[in-house]
Amino acid sequence: MSSTLSGLDLRDVTRDDAALRRFLSGLPGVDQVGAEARAAGLATRSIKTTAKAWAIDTAISMVDLTTLEGADTPGKVRSLCAKAVHPDPSDLTTPSVAAVCVYPDLVETAVDALGGAPVQVASVATAFPSGRAPLPTKLADVRDAVAAGATEIDMVIDRGAFLAGRYLQVYEEIVATREACGVAHLKVILETGELATLDNVRRASWLALLAGGDFIKSSTGKITPAATPPVALVMLEAVRDFAQTTYELRGVKVAGGIRASKEAIRYLVMVNEIAGEQWLDPSLFRFGASSLLNDLLLQRHKLRTGAYDGADYVTLD
Amino acid sequence: MPAFDYAPAPESRDVARLRASYGIFVDGQFRVGAGEAIKTVNPANEEPLAEVAEAGPADVADAVQAARNAFEGAWGRMPGRERAKYLFRIARAIQERARELAVLESLDNGKPIRESRDVDIPLAAAHFFYYAGWADKLEHAGFGPRPRPIGVAGQVIPWNFPLLMAAWKIAPALATGNTVVLKPAETTPLTALTLAEIIAEAELPAGTVNILAGGPSIGQAIVDHAGIDKIAFTGSTEVGKAIQRAVAGTGKRLSLELGGKAANIVFDDAPLDQAVEGIVNGIFFNQGHVCCAGSRLLVQESVIDEVIAALHRRLTTLRLGDPLDKNTDIGAINSAAQLARIRELTDAGEEEGATRWSPPCDLPDRGFWFAPTVFTNVSQAHRIAREEIFGPVLSVLTFRTPAEAVEKANNTPYGLSAGIWTDKGSRILSMAGKLRAGVVWANTFNRFDPGSPFGGYQESGFGREGGRHGLGPYLA
Repeated sequence: MSSTLSGLDLRDVTRDDAALRRFLSGLPGVDQVGAEARAAGLATRSIKTTAKAWAIDTAISMVDLTTLEGADTPGKVRSLCAKAVHPDPSDLTTPSVAAVCVYPDLVETAVDALGGAPVQVASVATAFPSGRAPLPTKLADVRDAVAAGATEIDMVIDRGAFLAGRYLQVYEEIVATREACGVAHLKVILETGELATLDNVRRASWLALLAGGDFIKSSTGKITPAATPPVALVMLEAVRDFAQTTYELRGVKVAGGIRASKEAIRYLVMVNEIAGEQWLDPSLFRFGASSLLNDLLLQRHKLRTGAYDGADYVTLD
Repeated sequence: MPAFDYAPAPESRDVARLRASYGIFVDGQFRVGAGEAIKTVNPANEEPLAEVAEAGPADVADAVQAARNAFEGAWGRMPGRERAKYLFRIARAIQERARELAVLESLDNGKPIRESRDVDIPLAAAHFFYYAGWADKLEHAGFGPRPRPIGVAGQVIPWNFPLLMAAWKIAPALATGNTVVLKPAETTPLTALTLAEIIAEAELPAGTVNILAGGPSIGQAIVDHAGIDKIAFTGSTEVGKAIQRAVAGTGKRLSLELGGKAANIVFDDAPLDQAVEGIVNGIFFNQGHVCCAGSRLLVQESVIDEVIAALHRRLTTLRLGDPLDKNTDIGAINSAAQLARIRELTDAGEEEGATRWSPPCDLPDRGFWFAPTVFTNVSQAHRIAREEIFGPVLSVLTFRTPAEAVEKANNTPYGLSAGIWTDKGSRILSMAGKLRAGVVWANTFNRFDPGSPFGGYQESGFGREGGRHGLGPYLA
């Protein structure tokens, strides 16, 4: 991708709708069969012993511990925050997770509960999960969350506009959201389950990166399919190629449906071999998950003691 | 040290149930061959694996006689639906012993366990399953109302896919009612001899399949034996030509699957990330010991820098080392002789002015190893663009137009396979029609299926293996 992009001023490609469309549809296509085969090939890597221990701790430190339910209460969020700081109270060598992720109205609760702990507070905003609200409403949603103390904003793109080919509209909404975020980090949720093709995933990834998203994120978790290995593969290729073109490092967050340590480790292998080991850091790769953390803790304990704990030995929050 | 350092994940060597010595399989019995006893070595560390008592000329005579008796006896008289049961039995037994066979194959051949486990052994079983299904349907296969077996088939196979090649040869021969005398390569006899065990346990009538370990002289003895009705050979073009000369005028039927120098053609509109995977799979799969390997990469000039940069990046993630480690991508070269040939040709490439590149990679001290290598600035006139290297060495050339790509791709005495990478369906069809190659892959490479025929043009041989077409060489 380097030579197609080298010498190209990326500001030019967002000049108008036509230029943006030309750029996005000029990106190399993704052969779905080939992408699936590559993802399946990487999944055969066998990660054992010391490598597994490293991967589990790294994965824990990359979790955005999430609760996004209509039934969320301050009590639920406080208990989530306690777990985020000390995922395993019986073993304080366990790393903290990267962030807790909540709805905007619960940001304040989360900030209070975390105190000064080194865990970020992420909030979904922009009329999550559908994104079907007028732009001013979405931006107000973002500003409220940031004002309440959120340090990371997970926005959703307008998939309707994207699928209708109104790329510039999607771009401008992301730019406006970026501005509304101020110093908060922006994660742009592509909702790849609704974009359907891997070509669209690549185009949406580039669109979000061009518009200034700090992270591209696969899914809201409210749609099936959510994160899949081929989707993550294409997103990781996008941040890799974007870095090669602009020398800027942007992150990837996979979210939705990742429950087993084995799956998380497979994603880390993919990060390592597709994007590169620079991305093996919570500042550049995250898992949006809730039940994954407990499985990581069970596996961690198994590696240390040789025995599996029952599900009753990890906390349910 | 890398941040994410994959710990060794070796498959257990004990799984292979390696024995101290192996005999040959003649007339339903294992016996000590009358030829030399040789040690087969592990190419990854040069340690001897087992002693193999090779066949002598008398063993060849016995094996051909046993195959003749079986053809005129129990196997020849057996209806297709009964033959199918034996083939199904063999297929299931290969699956049941898949792990053992995979480890044994990696020990004897040097290929990574990932490939023997995920490709060689499952495909070998699939070939037996596939041809089992044909055994009772030959009247409907398009070879006339009453197709008949030819008789005794002499089969000589190479060392690059030892068990898989045995399956490619034996399964269609048995499905069509022929009997078999098979010789595996001298450096890789162990899985074929284990297949003999499976065949014995499947209780095929004695003499239906005979497996003789041995070197070129035993291959020659099989080819020359007057009691053989059909020769099937997979191996080098040089030996293939000698066989064709030897059988000329004898009335023996012949099919040959020989060398290749396949063009893998990447257009500027190709899905580039997947094309890079296809390039890597095309030439570095099985250390490039693949007759249909995509050893000549033809890239449209407008994307050459991009493709080379992506290829370099990808090659640095390849893991070379212990073939039994589940994370190994590139294993050992099969023999010292093959390693010498690869070195000779790559040295010639440098002398002729091509630019050589390999990713940083530590080669083990013992064993036969060669780092993945890419030559750029290669011209059609260079030896590395014309001769089959049969190693992990890629020669990169460029083209400007589709017509030039076709011209360069076809400019070889070989014609086994080719690859096309483009997002444009119409271009795939037009290119595929013009490329002189038995197999043309589109947006993939080195993909095999028992239902799909495989074989070459020109000096890559003739006759097809796999699919309905694969029945033809074994039917009169």
